[in-house]
Amino acid sequence: MTNLPTSTDRKLGLVIDLDTCVGCHACVISCKGWNTENYGAPLADTDAFGADPSGTYLNRVHSYEIQPNDGPAQLVHFPKSCLHCEDAPCVTVCPTGASYKRSEDGIVLVNEQDCIGCGLCAWACPYGAREMDPTAGVMKKCTLCVDRIYNENLPEEDREPACVRTCPAGARHFGDFADPESNVSKLTAERGGMDLMPEQGTRPVNKYLPPRARDVEMQPPALKPVAEDARGFVGWLDKALSKVGGA
Amino acid sequence: MHPAPSVILFTALSGLGFGLLFWIGMGVLVPTGWVAFVFFTIAYLLAVGGLLASTFHLGHPERALKAFTQWRTSWLSREAWASVAALLVMALYGAGLVFLGNRWAVLGYLGGALSLFTVFTTSMIYAQMRTVPRWHSPTTPALFLSFSLSGGALLAGEVSIAIWLLALAGAAQFAHWVIGDKALAGSGTTLSTATGLGDRGAVRSFEPPHTGTNYLLREFVHVVGRKHSTTLRAIALVSGFILPVGLLLAGFSHLLAAVAVLLHLAGVFASRWLFFAEAEHVVGLYYGKR
Repeated sequence: MTNLPTSTDRKLGLVIDLDTCVGCHACVISCKGWNTENYGAPLADTDAFGADPSGTYLNRVHSYEIQPNDGPAQLVHFPKSCLHCEDAPCVTVCPTGASYKRSEDGIVLVNEQDCIGCGLCAWACPYGAREMDPTAGVMKKCTLCVDRIYNENLPEEDREPACVRTCPAGARHFGDFADPESNVSKLTAERGGMDLMPEQGTRPVNKYLPPRARDVEMQPPALKPVAEDARGFVGWLDKALSKVGGA
Repeated sequence: MHPAPSVILFTALSGLGFGLLFWIGMGVLVPTGWVAFVFFTIAYLLAVGGLLASTFHLGHPERALKAFTQWRTSWLSREAWASVAALLVMALYGAGLVFLGNRWAVLGYLGGALSLFTVFTTSMIYAQMRTVPRWHSPTTPALFLSFSLSGGALLAGEVSIAIWLLALAGAAQFAHWVIGDKALAGSGTTLSTATGLGDRGAVRSFEPPHTGTNYLLREFVHVVGRKHSTTLRAIALVSGFILPVGLLLAGFSHLLAAVAVLLHLAGVFASRWLFFAEAEHVVGLYYGKR
């Protein structure tokens, strides 16, 4: 049913730390790998070794430059995947019921057997979290690695999303936002975790931790000037030109 | 948004077909026998042809019947129900007119209302999209409904109604452009809110996630045709509404009416192409585009 659950028992999701992310794209690769080999249709690539390669990804890392009014510009790497919104607009537009939000843990999933590939859910998502697979003709999206987190065949440390498991910088955290004592709830509270596009009214579950303020003192000091006054021919030229031009 | 030919064909043609069915159902014209047969054939070819064209852009058209299940939340599902109900009721009404020469008025009113409601459901598929500020406006249903009503009246040969409705549809089109041009800026969604980083300084897209293009850019960031938008807007207004009104005012003949219909159709296609090509999806902001 594409009615959204009024509340979910748990709110599983991710915290993404924009301060720590180094933009290595390891999460992108591990996501593509796991979700091509496991749950649902594989994530297809078209013209992979040709002139115009393109592929389906559930997680993409952008990079943004912030230019403050004073001080140097800052580069922020910005991983983006499904935010498993509480008011997920992608779910309610689905005509077949293929898109749904689970009442037990809040994960937004696509039942690929029911998907007609109309693309309306991707239109409704402001974050670009859904991509139509060009080969399978069905909508693909982050499953929060639903086939890992409950998988008792995996060692316990692997029972978290592939992107979190692989992140070498520790910039991704997985947990239950409904539990105020969980790691993700505490991190969000401590670091001022924020919503993306709050004005869209989607109430995303995933939170982003803003980059910490840079220490301005850490800027390397400017080198001392090596020549204050010009001498010889250049000095004469400087004086002569100053007289003519008045500078 | 990517202007998919199948969707442009579908919304333009089925809008015309359901508009014609509305006027027949309301009893504004009551054809019988062979004349009724011709009118219903034209209306059904347009409406059903449009609906069939819309299935071409599905990844899995063989599962299309599943789209009837989610009418509680989904406008696309409601459109499926409304279109089938309208076509069935109007088929019964048409059978009475064609074979028995009888007008079953209640069936006609019901079928006419369902036909117009179908056009409304189509428009709401777009108008509900908060992610596309240009569409997320009452001007979108106004545009679809006025196009359908005026085109339907034109096809029905109801000259005096068509003149007024064509003028109204032209005005709705103008309003959709004027309001739509300010919609993205007025929505409050910017790269600052998209990244949450705006309070630190000016945010600029430094590097996209991949060197190549992707589904999101192909589907949502269509910029190629926008440079011709002023020309196409003029064509849509002049060909779709101003010239047909002029032809109808010049006096009725079947030849002039046929020319008016063709001009109107060309204008509607130009307008519908712009409806998609000019629509900016907020996901483009993440890529530094719109």
